[in-house]
Amino acid sequence: MSEPTRNNNQQMRRPMAGMGRGGPMPGIVEKPKNFKLAIKKLTRYMKAYLVVMIVALVAAVAGTVLRIMTPDYVKKITNEVIKGLGGTVDMDTVWTIIWIVVGLQLVALLLNLVQGFIMSTVTQKISKRMRTDISMKINRLPLKYFNGASYGDVLSRVTNDVDTIGMTLNQSIATLVSATTMFLGVLLMMFVTSWMMALTAIGATFVGFILMMVIMKASQKYFTSQQEELGKINGHIEETYTGQAIVKVYNAGPMLKRDFESINTKLYRSGWKSQFLSGLMMPLMAFVGNIGYIAVCVVGAVLAMKGIITFGVIAAFMIYIRLFTQPLSQLAQAASNLQRTAAAGERVFEFLDEPEMENESAKMKRLENVKGAVEFKNVRFGYDEKIIINDFTASVKAGQKIAIVGPTGAGKTTMVNLLMRFFETQGGQILLDGVPTTEVPRENIHEQFCMVLQDTWLFEGTIRDNIVYSKQGVSNEQVEEACKAVGIHHFIQTLPDGYNTILNDKASLSEGEKQLLTIARAIIKNAPLLILDEATSSVDTRTERRVQSAMDKLMDGRTSFVIAHRLSTIKNADMIIVMRDGDIVESGKHATLLQKGGFYAELYNSQFETA
Amino acid sequence: MFKVFKYLKSAEWLMFAVAFVFIVGQVWLDLKAPEFMAEITRLVQSPGSKMSAIWTQGLYMLMTAFGSLAAAVITGFVMSKIAASFSQRLRSKMYDKVDAFSSAEINKFSTSSLITRTTNDVMQVSGFMAMGLQTLVKSPILAIWAILKITGKGVEWSVATAVASGGIILLLTFLIVLVIPKFKKMQTLTDNINKVTRENLTGLPVVRAYNAENYQQAKFERANKELTDTQLFTSRGMAIMEPFMGFIMGTLTLAIYAIGAILINKAAPMTPIPGTNPIEFDDPGGRLVLFSDMMVFSSYAMQVIFAFMLIAMLFIFIPRASVSAKRINEVLDTPLSITQGSVEQSIGGKNGDIVFNNVGFKYPGAADYVLQGISFTAKQGETVAFIGSTGSGKSTLVNLIPRFYDATEGEILLDGVNVRDYRFETLRGKLGYVSQKAVLFTGTVKSNVAFGAGMTPAPGNFVRSEITDQQIRKAIEIAQGKDFVEKLEGAYDGQIARGGGNISGGQKQRLAIARAVAKNPEVYIFDDSFSALDYKTDRLLRKALKDELKTATCLIVAQRIGTIMDADKIVVLDEGKIVGQGTHRELLKSCAVYKEIAASQLSEEELKKGSAL
Repeated sequence: MSEPTRNNNQQMRRPMAGMGRGGPMPGIVEKPKNFKLAIKKLTRYMKAYLVVMIVALVAAVAGTVLRIMTPDYVKKITNEVIKGLGGTVDMDTVWTIIWIVVGLQLVALLLNLVQGFIMSTVTQKISKRMRTDISMKINRLPLKYFNGASYGDVLSRVTNDVDTIGMTLNQSIATLVSATTMFLGVLLMMFVTSWMMALTAIGATFVGFILMMVIMKASQKYFTSQQEELGKINGHIEETYTGQAIVKVYNAGPMLKRDFESINTKLYRSGWKSQFLSGLMMPLMAFVGNIGYIAVCVVGAVLAMKGIITFGVIAAFMIYIRLFTQPLSQLAQAASNLQRTAAAGERVFEFLDEPEMENESAKMKRLENVKGAVEFKNVRFGYDEKIIINDFTASVKAGQKIAIVGPTGAGKTTMVNLLMRFFETQGGQILLDGVPTTEVPRENIHEQFCMVLQDTWLFEGTIRDNIVYSKQGVSNEQVEEACKAVGIHHFIQTLPDGYNTILNDKASLSEGEKQLLTIARAIIKNAPLLILDEATSSVDTRTERRVQSAMDKLMDGRTSFVIAHRLSTIKNADMIIVMRDGDIVESGKHATLLQKGGFYAELYNSQFETA
Repeated sequence: MFKVFKYLKSAEWLMFAVAFVFIVGQVWLDLKAPEFMAEITRLVQSPGSKMSAIWTQGLYMLMTAFGSLAAAVITGFVMSKIAASFSQRLRSKMYDKVDAFSSAEINKFSTSSLITRTTNDVMQVSGFMAMGLQTLVKSPILAIWAILKITGKGVEWSVATAVASGGIILLLTFLIVLVIPKFKKMQTLTDNINKVTRENLTGLPVVRAYNAENYQQAKFERANKELTDTQLFTSRGMAIMEPFMGFIMGTLTLAIYAIGAILINKAAPMTPIPGTNPIEFDDPGGRLVLFSDMMVFSSYAMQVIFAFMLIAMLFIFIPRASVSAKRINEVLDTPLSITQGSVEQSIGGKNGDIVFNNVGFKYPGAADYVLQGISFTAKQGETVAFIGSTGSGKSTLVNLIPRFYDATEGEILLDGVNVRDYRFETLRGKLGYVSQKAVLFTGTVKSNVAFGAGMTPAPGNFVRSEITDQQIRKAIEIAQGKDFVEKLEGAYDGQIARGGGNISGGQKQRLAIARAVAKNPEVYIFDDSFSALDYKTDRLLRKALKDELKTATCLIVAQRIGTIMDADKIVVLDEGKIVGQGTHRELLKSCAVYKEIAASQLSEEELKKGSAL
């Protein structure tokens, strides 16, 4: 049932637009802005593994060299056989060669396995460290950063980008080394064996590759346009499906369908072309191989007839040609992989290099046994040079209640952010028991506050975990007492696993119940000050009442800053801070403000006046 | 998987038959080339062969190479055409089906799942059509044919090839059985990392307030370790593939030559025939044939191994595509639960009257009613409000009118006609509906407000032809959106990003309301549309609506008493039943549930004011 209230988390889980996993289409490689810099930063991560990586690369080179040596022995076998065609084949020599080659192959296998094992281990370890670093970075960034960035953006760096790095780095470095070795080694061996045959092989292969490049180049634009159309159609589908109710009531189906079909037809056109062209790659590769094979066979035969080369050379070249075409495409692949690594790395490092909150390890002073007196002294704050709190001064005695009111979007949470030092003031001071909050570390400030926000935040874990949270040494009795105090103990007892019930998508609690749990969490924390964000809408009248009485209990005896929506809270407040468009416009007591007839009076009257 | 192929047209089957012929042709040509090499080998080893004969054989080889390429190109062309037109049709069918779905069917799948099915799953199936199907046909033919070429020439060679193929199959089976399933697990673990990170991000203020950074980090590290461990296993597993592949191919080549040497040695030696010039040889043991076989068999062996590799790849791709095909079929095979009637005109004289007659609703298969015994009347021009706690069914109630769901009991009359008897277009043409969460579409302010049927034919410019700019401006003004719209860049022609991402929630809601106003409907349905607005805008908006829309019926679902206090009739719902009906004042006296709600939202002063009036 799609009744209005739903978990906040679920709304954020937007359906995937676009291709999802499965990698990009061939031919499209995202280019990094600064390849060198990204790779340089990436090497810093590799430093710890430098020695093993060198071992791996040496193994890669050695393994490749051994593999390159094989065809030469095949040549020798062939020649031995030809020599013996008219009599007996020198089987002793043949067996010797065979055992040598088997040995070579085995050692090559071992070296390649070592290389693969080391490289995949190293890259996964690097990926793990990157993920850890990103996650830790989140906790070191000022809260302000996340006002501008979307969660999806950060998330895609933790998962997609790091994944890309893990995958491409693994494939590119070792491939780059072994393919280069293979290419140069085979080139050398071919020329050593027969320069004429070598030229034939190279010539034939390059003709094939040039052909391939031409086709790839021509197909590029179809890939791009297919990608674009795909993005468009996915966007259209997402929009139409999401707004289906509206589309129906406004009879907009036919008009959107027409739009859909026009994109769909375009997608068909670019789709089959890019599919066709990318499908050509395999046959073309095979063709290049075939052309090389034919050239080697025919030219080799002619040369053998003339007695310029032995027939064994042909046998060897039939293998060389296969080995020679391999590294060329591998190198191209590795190069584009490295580009993707760099591009993904760039995004990761961009995040890791964001300026962090000030390091406070040098601050030795600590607040202890706080009474709860708060003083705002000429506080100034603004976003990007736009000053919105200008010279705010007020003094709050311990145990007083302060209501923050104002229309939606007036910046009420800014006050919370300043109190908690999530945001730093740009001028003036906030003093807690007479101590400027900037003189002690942030954690010490956080310790002094209980906080209950309107967006209830619960995580996947047991109810007990959610209530105790990061607090150490909380007994089961304390948890139960807190839940009794907010009136949710009975409800928890009715759940199948009681306090051990795991909260996740399936075990859905009502908004009110969630609120009660976060209040219980605050009670357990038991800090001298309180920040409370009252819910705007009544969700369920009975729970609503329990929430309110729980909140009242929590406010009792604590200096409380309440983002208020309830009239009773506002009226009973020792001070009301009125905000509008991010600015504090008025402050004082209810009666005084009402009398003044300013913005507060207007706001107050509009709420309950009939239209 | 193959069930989805029923959506192929016969022309496409015919094209597929053509592709099949060319696939067979390609295999034949690929296996032909080594035969010419065998002939070349024989020529070279036979003294006195003419050079021109070698060139001729070379030319044949070149022709097979080009022929094979041509066949591959044609096959690729045909298959990509089939795949693209098939996916176009499939996408279109999915879109139409979802368009016809009612909320019941949409909720069954969930919107995001339907989106994935229409986009990604269709792509998966079409990708398989283009590449996989070809491989599925080609690889068995290639494998069998190539094996046939080798067998009969020497059992030893066949055995060597069989052993190598067995090695490859073993290797790939290992990967498919042990490593590939871990990839699926990896996806779950990646989602898990995502979840933990998202949790941290959404709860950032709480995490910091509770100094719980280390707590969260520990949780992340657990997820990170799990993921890394699995990734280590998969990437190490995949890392063994290439070395073993290289080893098997290298050893097989060697084995073929070694076996050749042994076989030739066993056969009777060739002897020169006396008196021939150039010297010709007598070859009683068939050594020359064995030698040329030796030269070309490695080519065939490679083909066999290649074919087995392709088959193994299919084991990875087929399950994926077949899951997608199944998901597509599920959507296309879902019967529609709501179909339209035939009435195009309502009974004359009635405009905007709504009657609920003992209406009940429950989800199919559910035991409990969401709504039961709902009866009330809303006359033209009246404002009727619905209030109640979460789960009371107030939203479901208004959703029955546009037939997002159908009432399971009783009847709903609009203008004297049961809503089920109307054609969809007629029914919905009478309604102006605003949802709780504002939905906007990519386009301009204007195109969003003038959204709907009867638009001008230019694509991308969906403005209803019968609506004037004047009317659009007026609608926006009534919806209290004038101020912010005129501040937008481009004002009324200002761009609205996908989902209205570039304006605030309250602004989106005002445009959504303007869209309803611009439609000038008989009945307005506001499904909790005012909660996103602040009190002041809420009040101004309601005042403007009341002044401007005197003739329309207004149904309002609300959470705030302030929003509905002045309605002509308030219907109080509790657990799907009507527990009170009347005006604010009447309900304050008579309805306990209403009183409770009012007490939680209004001060005593206001309550007194309400009952005193």
